[in-house]
Amino acid sequence: MTDSAQFALYCLLLPAGSFLLLAVMAPLRRSGRPAGFISIVFSAAAFGWAGRAWLASSREVFQPPLLWEWIPAEAGPLATVGVLADADSTIMLVLVALVSFLVQVYSLGYLAQEPAPGLGRYYAYQSLFAFSMMGLVLAPNFVQLFICWELVGLCSYLLIGYWYQKPEAARAAVKAFWTTKAGDVGLLIGIVLLWQRTGTFDFLELLMQVDAGTLPLEGLGLVTFCIYLGAVGKSAQFPLHVWLPDAMEGPTPVSALIHAATMVTAGVYLLKRLDWLFALTPDVLALVGWVGAFTALLAATLGCVQSDIKRVLAYSTVSQLGYMMAAIGAGFASAGFLHLLTHGLFKALLFLGAGAVIHAVGSNDIFQMGGLRRSMPQTTIVFLVGTLSLAGIPLFGGFFSKEEILGAVWAGGLTGPFAMLVLAAFLTAFYMFRVVFIAFFGAPAAEGHGGHAGAGHGGVHLHDAPPSMTLPLWLLAILSVGVGLFFTVHHPEPEFAAPGWLTPLAIAVAGGGILLAWLTYHRRAVDAERLAAVFGLVREAALAKFWLDDFFEAVYRGGLLAFSRAVGWMDRYLVDGIVNVLSAWTLVLGDRLRRIQSGQPQDYVYGVAFGLLLLLVLIQWPR
Amino acid sequence: MPLHAYLTLAATLFAIGLFGVVTRRNTIGILLGIELMLNAVNINLVAFARFNGDPTGMVFTVFTICITVAEVAVGLALVILIFRIRRTVIADHLDLLRG
Repeated sequence: MTDSAQFALYCLLLPAGSFLLLAVMAPLRRSGRPAGFISIVFSAAAFGWAGRAWLASSREVFQPPLLWEWIPAEAGPLATVGVLADADSTIMLVLVALVSFLVQVYSLGYLAQEPAPGLGRYYAYQSLFAFSMMGLVLAPNFVQLFICWELVGLCSYLLIGYWYQKPEAARAAVKAFWTTKAGDVGLLIGIVLLWQRTGTFDFLELLMQVDAGTLPLEGLGLVTFCIYLGAVGKSAQFPLHVWLPDAMEGPTPVSALIHAATMVTAGVYLLKRLDWLFALTPDVLALVGWVGAFTALLAATLGCVQSDIKRVLAYSTVSQLGYMMAAIGAGFASAGFLHLLTHGLFKALLFLGAGAVIHAVGSNDIFQMGGLRRSMPQTTIVFLVGTLSLAGIPLFGGFFSKEEILGAVWAGGLTGPFAMLVLAAFLTAFYMFRVVFIAFFGAPAAEGHGGHAGAGHGGVHLHDAPPSMTLPLWLLAILSVGVGLFFTVHHPEPEFAAPGWLTPLAIAVAGGGILLAWLTYHRRAVDAERLAAVFGLVREAALAKFWLDDFFEAVYRGGLLAFSRAVGWMDRYLVDGIVNVLSAWTLVLGDRLRRIQSGQPQDYVYGVAFGLLLLLVLIQWPR
Repeated sequence: MPLHAYLTLAATLFAIGLFGVVTRRNTIGILLGIELMLNAVNINLVAFARFNGDPTGMVFTVFTICITVAEVAVGLALVILIFRIRRTVIADHLDLLRG
């Protein structure tokens, strides 16, 4: 048993323990804040063990996984559960544990107004999510991975629908669940197909087969494509990205944890985990790259027209996930994985910052904010840090990983996706600074302009959030900058030769986006209306979300409902008809048969005598 | 006399008893029919015992007669009770179990 696996196991079991504690002890859960404190203490401890696991795994050379038999079979166990702690999984574990811990602390402030039972339920879900996500990260085989994959989907559903009395939230939860499920079906099929041809679920055994070259190659493309489908659903890739913006109906800390930093990156993580498998099917990899780049561009254009701060961030998440996928598609999964980690930090920061703003203003609409720089200076600074990281400005977290991805895609020979990604980088800088300039700079929104803001916080002076919320923000901001500085100083050797013009290009593109946003929304040198008119058609399409939601709705209405109607008709008239006819016959027969029960003993004697006579005759009958 | 004479007598007696059971309206008449049928069986038992030289049938007949006595006692008691409750012993009127 290795140290890292053992530490990772402790880290995995702590949130499970806190979930069980909160789930079983109902009075504790209903007490609200104490339940939150317990969950926070457990997740802090989990973060400690995750850090130790990471340090231990960086020292060890080879880490055999910790395995227990789960489904025993004659020729070895069919499935095992356990902990596979290597460099990738432990660093991911650290990210999950860190963000999960910070979000739980932040939620104490953000959800302070919630009723106690609801808060306890929230923390129970949070613990369950932390456990499921860690189980997914540490999974040594496909079975455990799939189970945890579904568990995080369940937690996502539960937490999006946390305010389940709100119809939009309930609807968004169901939409998220079903859309990701559509991809998960593919993942399940892929896993089973892979098992059929290799006879194992275990990652390491599969890797050995790949290394030995014993894995049959023909038809493998279908398998990897099916597995990729699962990642498409979970990581919100085109065309299944439609659930992620709607998922913003959940509480903002949930969006930060699940829909920005951890769960949605599970698909990227899965592909990174299996990069040796995907490397065998270059066609599927190219598809991953193209779809990823297209998603990045599509979501970036969508982000430009949103006025809801959380939706802008949601589309930027979709866009950044597209970046990661593009890097994986180019064959350099580690570049995508690096961006996953840095993105997890600064996107959690951005979401939590947005949460602080929403908490103060009482509205998601950026046009009702304005001038927050003066009233919320701390939030402004951390949000700016996050925005600069996302835009890819040097010295900040996202710069290096984003440039790495651009270099990887260029080196992978995917010129088309490279162009899309560069354009998306420009748009990313533009829409993020659009939010910054509108919400944090400029004039404060006029009183009474927004009905919601006026009603809730009209007369109250806006101010920074309580320490339980600002502390996680500062920590994440420091980490974002720290990571950026670390990579600037300690420049790791890339696996590919990036062309020399790449760094200036990346900076210029990001700077251009910022400049355009500054000119448009701060200096007003460029009229926003004119700018919108230039991109009239694209803007219309983006406002309509490229009609994707309408398309899915039409498919749902036209296909699924028509099918359901046909099935309903069959059930009502065919299946029920047969049952009804049978029961009617039974009734009629029973009614007929009732008549011979005369209640006269003599009739019965007659019957017995006659019957006996009949039997005797039958016995004596000559054959 | 040959065996079949006894058997014919017994069969005739049984048939008469069965006829009585099926056709009599009075419950006491039905009981009498049952008695006849039982005695027909007794004749059979005794006849076979005599012709086969095996006394088991005769012993068995003694048992049957004892049990018949008990049965008649219980049956008549039931008839009296029914008469007290329903004021009739006509079998046609006693059809509480009609379906």
